[in-house]
Amino acid sequence: MIGQVIFIIILAAAIYLFSKNVGKIRRNILLGRDTDRSDNPAERWKTMAKIALGQTKMTKRPFAAVMHFFIYVGFIIINIEVLEILIDGVFGSHRIFSAPLGGLYNLLIGGFEFLAVLVLVACFTFLIRRNIGHLKRFSGVEMTSWPKSDANYILIIEILLMTAFLTMNAADHKLQLLNFGHYIKAGSFPVSNLIGPLLPDSANSLETIERGCWWFHIIGILAFLNYLPYSKHFHILLAFPNTYYSNLNPKGKFTNMASVTNEVKAMLDPSFVPESTGEIARFGAKDVTDLTWKNLMEAYTCTECGRCTSVCPANQTGKLLSPRKIMMDTRDRIAEVGNNLDKNGKDYKDDKSLLDNYITREELWACTTCNACVEACPVNINPLEIITEMRRYIVMEESQAPNSLNNMFGNVENNGAPWKYSQADRFNWKE
Amino acid sequence: MAEMMAQGKEPEILFWVGCAGSFDERAQRITRDICKILSHVGISFAVLGTEEACTGDPAKRAGNEFLFQMQAMMNIQVLNGYNIKKIVTGCPHCFNTIKNEYPGLGGNYEVIHHTQLIQQLIDEGKLKAEGGESFKGKRITYHDPCYLGRGNDVYEAPRKALEVLDADLVEMKRCRSNGLCCGAGGAQMFKEPEKGNKDINIERMSDVLESKATVVAAACPFCMTMLRDGVKLSEKEKEIEVLDIAEITARANGL
Repeated sequence: MIGQVIFIIILAAAIYLFSKNVGKIRRNILLGRDTDRSDNPAERWKTMAKIALGQTKMTKRPFAAVMHFFIYVGFIIINIEVLEILIDGVFGSHRIFSAPLGGLYNLLIGGFEFLAVLVLVACFTFLIRRNIGHLKRFSGVEMTSWPKSDANYILIIEILLMTAFLTMNAADHKLQLLNFGHYIKAGSFPVSNLIGPLLPDSANSLETIERGCWWFHIIGILAFLNYLPYSKHFHILLAFPNTYYSNLNPKGKFTNMASVTNEVKAMLDPSFVPESTGEIARFGAKDVTDLTWKNLMEAYTCTECGRCTSVCPANQTGKLLSPRKIMMDTRDRIAEVGNNLDKNGKDYKDDKSLLDNYITREELWACTTCNACVEACPVNINPLEIITEMRRYIVMEESQAPNSLNNMFGNVENNGAPWKYSQADRFNWKE
Repeated sequence: MAEMMAQGKEPEILFWVGCAGSFDERAQRITRDICKILSHVGISFAVLGTEEACTGDPAKRAGNEFLFQMQAMMNIQVLNGYNIKKIVTGCPHCFNTIKNEYPGLGGNYEVIHHTQLIQQLIDEGKLKAEGGESFKGKRITYHDPCYLGRGNDVYEAPRKALEVLDADLVEMKRCRSNGLCCGAGGAQMFKEPEKGNKDINIERMSDVLESKATVVAAACPFCMTMLRDGVKLSEKEKEIEVLDIAEITARANGL
């Protein structure tokens, strides 16, 4: 009974804390500018099913795709078991699904055990790849000690959880064979069977181990849940809305800025009266709040896999630009802005901005807008949009484009071509 | 176009030449070959000539939305004035801009890239690869321009145009949606690259050399410049030729 009370308190606290932190992230995302992504829901559901649920963009790297799939499927399916553990915890029951499910229960538990092994294999492989194999994709200027530790923590927690799960089953199974207490015969244990011989034979020790692992496993899961909002691992949740709100246009299509259209129309036609757009916004993005909520959602979705950076032509030729850094900087900055709001009230402004304090101009000007990063992202994140918005700020608000580009602008404006040729010579190619 | 208008004629298609195609000497040859192909199959076409102006693409990618929209609205005025319905472009950047970004500013046209036109003509049987230079057995690889491939998912049309040649077609390690940029996009063409350990076109040359191709097929005047510079800097000018799909098609048909 006391166990149930403690369990309910821990569960309630975990859910409360998690909702609170998710609420903060939601608030931070909504600090971004508005953009309409409500059109074409059918296409959006399809995109989400394909990209997030079906993981089709992961297949470009088959080995990582298979390993990731083990963890993904393991995570989703083993959640059925977590549901049972939660119910058992609240009601003080034991393996409550075994009676209604009957034979299917054995199949499920056996299946979970195999999945747990696959998850363990994948996590160990990933740890080795990161820490011993030193895969190039996992290094880079933005991969400082926190992102590297974050990745390792996630893998280690998953390994501990799966080990506890299997050990718990092994002890449970032995107790079942001893006909001990409430340990009814339920489930099949193809994997934990093999761990059984390593455990003591006394029923009391076994019960301690079983209970210990049970509590460790469920508290571990609830703690992990609360780790998510601070971690890159948040992608397991945001991948779904992020792909739902994907850009459905061709990648080459950049947004036309409506605020500019009004000004240009007024310039070309003095009688034009622009529709009032309400607030006076700044052209382009200097800080995270000048970006759209979708850009900010993407920053929280990024799991720092580095596929974008590994295909970026600028990065591959030694330039400073790294699309992954663009996303990580955006997340760090919006988290900072959010924390400032919490601490100092909504009117507080620090004297920092995404531009210069996080992302340098050298990075922004190295981009060829080739869309390789956008194509490579397994969850449809678009670093290019952020880069473009920041270039817009530099050019239109500050007039600080590199000189050679200012020359190009001048040529386009005066000669109708980016080079210094006369418009009158435009047809000279006709021999 | 003005002449046609004066004669009361309407062309089937407007050929949007682009700045590179108009002024760059190497790209002018591609422009002339596109015209030869159009004439060869008997399509009535027109060009805007001195009335054409930059689409605004480099300005837009560099962040100068004002300049882009000024260019766009002036061009749209001219195009709508001539009642243009269908446009073929010689450049993937013009193609992308007019097709995707002009409709929002009042310019609605059916826009295709010249490699798509060539593919259509081949499919319709109007264009073959006969009567000219034989590419049989030649090792050809195709470099995907970003704004044709990833930007607009046009991967097959240029390849179809090469398939009729009966040549030895090879893909580079990084091709199609994984294709590596030539380094010119995003207005990089008009500035010095940022500090790094090499230029992007040199990185791309390693793919070209690995493919052992003797002809690199391009479909963009900027890629053309970057690839040719890459070939020059690798001192492979005698072994490797960079040709636009339109040039290859024109040569294969003896135009």
